[in-house]
Order: sequence, then structure tokens, then C-alpha cells
Amino acid sequence: MKTPRLGERLVALIVLAVLLFSPPLILPFDRATNGGLSWLPLYLFLAWGVVIALAAWLMEHRHDDQGGA
Amino acid sequence: MVLGIAFGYLALLFVIAAWGDRRAEQGRSVIGSPTVYALSIAVYCTAWTFYGSVGRAAEYGPSFLLIYLGPTLAMLASPFVIRKMVRIARAQRITSIADFISARYGKSGGLGALVALIALIGITPYIALQLKAITLSHAVLMNYPEPPGLRLVEEAFWDDKSFWVALVLAVFIILFGTRYLDASERHEGMVAAIAFESLVKLFAFLAVGVFTVFVLFNGPGDLFARAAAHPQLNGALSLEAVPGGGVGWVGTLVLAFLAFLSLPRQFQVLVVENVDERHIKRASWLFPLYLLAINLFVIPIALAGVLLGDPGGDPDSFVLTLPLSAGLEGLPLLVFIGGLSAATGMVIVETIALSTMVSNHLVMPLLLRSPRLHLGSRGDLSGWLLGIRRVAIVMILLLGYLYHALIGDSYSLVTIGLVSFAAATQFAPALLLGLYWRGATRVGASLGLIAGFSVWVYTLLLPGFAQSGWLDDAFLTHGPMGLAWLRPYALFGLEGWDIYSHSLLWSQLANVGTLVGVSLFTRQSRLEQTQAALFTEALHTSLVYPSLWQGQTTRGELEALLNRYLGAPATARVFAGLERQASKDQAVPPEVIARAEQALAGALGNASARVLINSVVRGEALDLEAVLSILDTTSQMLEYNRQLEQKSRELAEIGEELRSANERLRELDRLKDEFVAMVSHELRTPLTSIRAFAEILRDSRDLPEDKQRHFLDVVVLESQRLSRLIEEILDLARLESGRLTLHPQRLNLAALARHSVDAVHRVQEDRGVALDVEITADEAPVIGDPDRLEQVIINLLDNAGKFAADEDPRVLLRLEHHKGHYRLSVEDNGPGIGEEEREQVFEKFHQIEQHGASSGQTRRRPRGSGLGLPISRGIVAHLGGRLWVENAPTLGGACLVMELPVAPADSERQEVAKANKTPPER
Repeated sequence: MKTPRLGERLVALIVLAVLLFSPPLILPFDRATNGGLSWLPLYLFLAWGVVIALAAWLMEHRHDDQGGA
Repeated sequence: MVLGIAFGYLALLFVIAAWGDRRAEQGRSVIGSPTVYALSIAVYCTAWTFYGSVGRAAEYGPSFLLIYLGPTLAMLASPFVIRKMVRIARAQRITSIADFISARYGKSGGLGALVALIALIGITPYIALQLKAITLSHAVLMNYPEPPGLRLVEEAFWDDKSFWVALVLAVFIILFGTRYLDASERHEGMVAAIAFESLVKLFAFLAVGVFTVFVLFNGPGDLFARAAAHPQLNGALSLEAVPGGGVGWVGTLVLAFLAFLSLPRQFQVLVVENVDERHIKRASWLFPLYLLAINLFVIPIALAGVLLGDPGGDPDSFVLTLPLSAGLEGLPLLVFIGGLSAATGMVIVETIALSTMVSNHLVMPLLLRSPRLHLGSRGDLSGWLLGIRRVAIVMILLLGYLYHALIGDSYSLVTIGLVSFAAATQFAPALLLGLYWRGATRVGASLGLIAGFSVWVYTLLLPGFAQSGWLDDAFLTHGPMGLAWLRPYALFGLEGWDIYSHSLLWSQLANVGTLVGVSLFTRQSRLEQTQAALFTEALHTSLVYPSLWQGQTTRGELEALLNRYLGAPATARVFAGLERQASKDQAVPPEVIARAEQALAGALGNASARVLINSVVRGEALDLEAVLSILDTTSQMLEYNRQLEQKSRELAEIGEELRSANERLRELDRLKDEFVAMVSHELRTPLTSIRAFAEILRDSRDLPEDKQRHFLDVVVLESQRLSRLIEEILDLARLESGRLTLHPQRLNLAALARHSVDAVHRVQEDRGVALDVEITADEAPVIGDPDRLEQVIINLLDNAGKFAADEDPRVLLRLEHHKGHYRLSVEDNGPGIGEEEREQVFEKFHQIEQHGASSGQTRRRPRGSGLGLPISRGIVAHLGGRLWVENAPTLGGACLVMELPVAPADSERQEVAKANKTPPER
């Protein structure tokens, strides 16, 4: 955590991930497709992917981002 | 044939590990890369992931994902948590999680032993699980399409493959895990092999996934369409299939999060084997990506297994049976190797971690206490230490094998895994609270661990034994001695939860509750306080590890001690900085004692190292008071520095303010001087002419009548002008000192404007100025002092008249409503006022220079005092309005605009007045 802003952003990302992965937010996706399978796994994989992409961006592109730091 | 390939694969691992170690010796480390670090963390994915995820997905829907979402969260937090642990571990030469916890709580030997014991009990089943997975997958591979039909108990152990697998692994681990005595030295070869295994298992799993989706089915669309049509799969992927529903969901997520941080093998790869703390950054997203990739095909394989397989087939083996059912030979073998990678990787790391703990925290302390060893043989003990660790490795693997052979059949893969996870989470409170809360004490941590572990035994381990038939399972349904509220799966009547969330809740409640509660009422020893401070402040950049040892010892004694436990080369490294020829009786400087302690800690753990150093250092061995005060001074200095910086910043700000205030004062002083000069000048002009004419009248008695009259008129006019000027100066002075008394009342600006126009009409007509009026509103209610406002309007009209064009001078007064205000503008058709002069006209005594003088036909303009506009602006501002100059829209000259807010309606005004008058209640 060389820059304080990076720490803040990481905390925000962790909070986002916790929210995305836990009940109040996963419930709307626990709905059957017309075939009877649930959307839930697809949602979880998508949310997971988004969180990883954001983390990768945050960790690797810090040098381009010095203006905000 | 299959066995040959399996052992061939293990041989390949040997080669890789040997290569990694050779490279490390040459100083060209292969593991010095963040990617290898992330891959080595993937030792988290064991055979339980490889085979068990599919089984869990088939049975419990998406809940298998939680086991990987928890670690994802933990890795996101790794730049905070794991970086701190890595830094501490490096500074204190930490060798294992038991060592870490023991060091945090005052290098306590008892606490280290407790952690090692719990780990041994909790994790051995997990090792058993890996051995079981290897055996089972081998049996499936050999017997297909017959069921594996395995009864472990009936076989003699020399027929059991997992026994031999365990032995081979023991040899591997001994070769690459105990090459050096110093357990805090990294096992580079082993880490390289683990990273390689992570790649193999990922590749194997992706291969079988691609095969299932694209060969057995025509892509994901086909697979999901057919799964949707299958009645048995209806609702299989929804939250309903998750045990415990929403509560079970959160519970498993928390369980996986905590277990990831506190499993001994994860601690080993995350903290002990970390080469460079900068690697954490890359791993924090690369490892979650690995988890995502290895889970991508779990659901398709589970669905395909249910769609194609026989209903009686074990979902845990779908990964193998699917390619087998298609009649393939190569792919099942690859899958078997993948599963073998997953299992062996876990067994290797876990065994190294456990054997370090067992030898450093269970066996060594006992040996150190035994008087025979301590005082007797003076021989080299370093070989002994390695021997102990090697025996521990063999014992742990045999223990795992025994567990597997005895009760391996009664548990499914997933069950054992989660039970182990729940045991590991018991370390989390002591570990994480210890990192952030300085007040956590040794007694609190020990009692918390015991409490949490007991609850775990009661709510998960004993019921598991009961279900295996080892115990009477009556206490499961009725509670012990018929006490229903003590049922292990529904403690205190808490029912409807899944057993893991249930156990997690009660055990963590007991653990954290005891830790916090007891810590609040016990005292830390000095050493504990120091260690607590060093741990919680670990990320302070300016933290200096102080030299702890203040006591006296001789070089000879210390050298003998180190030689005995570490061997000659390590001893030489400790004394590297000292001159060789020093005598044996020379006193050793404190930093060398500290270095010796660290070297011992790297080999034996912190607790034993402290005991050993204490045995040779005389006097006040450790000046902890001094250390603590150094630490406190450091943090106090930081705080003082921060405060000082802030103070000096504030001072600089105040200085800046003072400087600008001083400048402003100077400016005001200059303005005042100018004002006085101007006022005197303005007053002197009429006074001079009055005096001149008066003197003429006095001295020349024989002036003609009409001349005398004219002179008298001039004197009267000039005195009038003088008194008007004085009046204006007084007004201005009152305005500026704020003593101007206005009498604001509700008035109609339209009527007032008309009245003012009438008043100046004659004068303007005399000057030849055409005065137009445009008033759009009949009623223009504003709040103002009628006399003063009229003074302003007349002043504006007067000014406009003076500056209108020489030929055909025209002035226009306009009154209109504009956004809650009334705007009264007076424009002329004169030359206008330049942009830069617009504010200056409101300065005192400012006279606009008369342009157009060159044309020679300048109209004689009446001179103003230069005070009218400043006074007008002051009055308008007092009434809450504004006065400014802009370009005249119609006539093209200057335009002075006065803006006043619309007066509130009568009723509102009264209310406002009443509200203002209401006396305060208190």
C-alpha cells in the first residue's frame, strides 16, 4: 500500500465482493430458467470474474493511475 | 501399468524438485516469480477439489463454489493481512503457524504445543482423505465398469496401494523437505514441484471438462438444454439444494475464508515459503483466477454425470467415469494423474508443515526438558533435530494411512474436508486478533483455542465417529443422557442449520468470546507486551527491531550452543561479523546474541530458542522494559512528528494570513491617504472660488449691480455644492463604518421610479437630454428606504445624462421583473465604459476621462463629486441588492443596472417578523 488511495480502493473492492457473494444480492438470481435450472451459478461466475478483473486492474495498473493517488 | 505411470510421475516430481534446489544453490531461483507463488498457493485445491467438487455440485448445487469464494475474499485482503504476516515471519524467523501464534503470545511453548496438537488431530483426516482419493481413483480406473468394490479393512496393508503411496511420499518429503535444518529457509525445490503439480491438475481438469462439454455433448447449449429437461436435475442448481439455505451459504463462505488463512499448509506456502512480499500483489488476483478456471467445468461435468451415468454411480468419481464410459484410455489416465497431483501436492506441503510443528513444538520442548539430554551428551545435536523431523514425517503419514484404513469408508470426501476446515478455523481468532489487537493475552488465546476446539470435537468429530459406528449414535438424536438441548447437531436447540455452519457458530463464539473475555481480565508478561507490539505494529515502516539481549555471555559458550544445535556452518554465519582471533572468554555484543536467537528460532521455533539462549546468557537476559520503551518511543515519536508537522503547517498558514492582512492594511492606509487628499482637493475648489468672489465683493465697492448679483449667485451655488459634497462625504463615512441608518419599508419601485423621473425631468430637458421610460410592471414591490432609493435612481439618471452622446443625447430607464428580482436599468447612448473600467467607476472620486475631447466640440458636462456611484452601490447593497455596469442593449452606451429582491407577500412578511420576534424558550 504505497499510496493511501490504493488501500481505500481495495477495501471498497472487498466490500463489493462480499456483497456480491452473499444472500441479499444472490437471492434475485436464484430463479429458474424456462428449463428449470437456476441462474445462480452463472451469476456467481460472472460476479467472480468481474471481481477478479477489478482486482487485477487495481493491482497491475497503479503506475498509470498516479494522478488519482 | 497405471501404477508404473503413477510412480513415474512421482519420479518426475523428484527431478523437478532437485532441479529447483540446484538452481536455488546457484542463486538463480526458479520460484522468484509471482506466478510461481500464485501457483504454489493453489495447493489449496486438493483431491477434494479435483474429485469432490463435482460430487458436491451434484448433491448440493452451487455450494461447492463457496469453498473458493471464501479464499477469493481472503486473497483480496492479502495486501493487508498476509503482507503483515510475511513481514513478521521474516523478521522473527517464523517456521509454522504454531510458531507464529506462540511467538505472538510471548514465545509461549505451551501455546505452540497446543496449536501443533490441534493441527495434528484436525488435519490428519485430511491427509487420510488424499490417500483415500488416490486409492479410490485407482480402483475406479482398474475395475471400470464394475463398481470399485473396495473394502479397505479386509485387505492386508501390503496389498493396499495407498500404503505404498504414503511411503513413497514420505521418502520424497524427507528428501526435499528436510534438506536443511533451518525450517524458515525456503524449500525451493518443493515449491517448484508444487507449482508444477498445480499446472498439471488444472490442465487435467480442463481437459476432461472440454471433453465432456464438446465431445460427449454438442457444446454447453446442448448440455444445459438436456439437463433442463431431466426431471432429477430440476432445481439442482438453486439455493434450495444448498444445505442450510441462506444461513448455510454464509456459514460456508466464512468457514472457507477463515480456513484459507489458518490451514497449516496454506500458512506454509503463503507466509513461510514467500520469497518476496511484492509477489502478494500479483497472487491476490492470479490465484482467484486459478480457482475460477478450475471450477469452470464442475457444473457441466456434474450435470453430464447425472445425465449419462448409472444412478448408483458415486458422483465423486464422475470426473473419471465420464471419459471411461466413452471408451477412452488416455484421458482417464490424465485425469488420474491430475488427481494424483492434487493429492500429493497437499500431502507434501501439509506433512512438511505438520512435521515442523510436531518436532519444534511437541518433541523438542520435551527433549530440552529431559535432564539427560540437556546436561549429558555434549555431541552434535543438529543431526538429531533432522532425525526427529524425519521420523515425524513418517509418523504423520502413517497416522493418515491408519485413519484412512480404519474409518476411511464411512465418510464421503467432502465431509472430511469440511470437518478439517472447521478445525483449522480455530486458529483464526488467535492469529487474526493477535495481528490487530495488542491486548490479546497468552492465557486468553490458549483458553479460547481450547474452548473452540472442544466445541468442534463435540459438534463435528464425535458425531462423525458415531456415524461411523464407533460410538452409540443415540446421543445424536436424543442428546447425552437424554438432555435434548445438548444434541451435538442442534446445540441449545439451534435447529435447521447445516452442521458446519452450526459448529462454526458455536465454536467461534466460544473461541472469540473466551479469547476476548479472558484477555480483558489477564495481564501480559513483559515479553508478551513486546511481541504484541512488534506484531501489531509490523507494517510501520520506521519500526526497528531492537536488539533484545542485554545480558552477558562469552563467545565460547554461545558458539558451543549453536554448534551443538545448528552445526558448524550455521554457527560461522552467526559470528560472521566478528574477528576470528577473539578469545573464547570475550563478551558477545547484544546484536550477535539476537542473531543467535534468530538462527535458533529458524531451526527450533521461537519458544525453544528463547529457552536455549536463556540457558547461556547471565544476568538480566532481556531488558524488556527498555525494549517496550523503545517501541513506545518510536510510536510516540511518530505521533509527535505528525503533530509537529501539523503545527508547522498551521503556523505557515497563519503567517500567510497575517502577511495578506498586513498587505490589505497597507492598501487601506494608502487608500485613506488618497481619500483625504482627494477630499481636501474637492473641498478646496469650491472654497477657493467662494473666497475669490467674496474678496472681489469686499474689495471692489464700485462694481455694477448686476455683476455683484452674479458674483453672489456664484458664491451661493458654490456653497450649495460644498454642503452637498460634505453631505455625501458624511454619507459615505456612515456607509463604510456601517452606521448608515436606513428605514426599510415595503414600497412600489415602479411608482418610485416614475417619481424620480419626474424630479429630474426638468433638469434633463434643460440639458437637451431625451429621457425615455419603459416600465413593464405596474406593481414592483421591494423592501427599501424610499428617500435613499430615490437618491440612487436620481443619481443614476443624472450620471447617464452627463455621459450621453453629445449630439442627440438620450437616456432610457427600464424596470422589469427578472427571476425573483426587479431590475432597474438606466442606459445612455454615450461612449460606454470599457471592460476594465467597470469596477473602477464604483471607486471613490473616480472620474471617467472625457473621451472625444479631441473633436473639439465637447459638451460642457457638469462635474460630479465622484462619490455618487460608490454611495449608491453601498445603499443598494445594504438593501440586499446589487449594482453593476454592463453594455447598454438598446442605446449602445453604458448601462447601470440595479437589482433588488422582490418583497415577500404581506402575510409571509408578518410571519417572518413574528418568527423573528418570538422570544427564545429558554
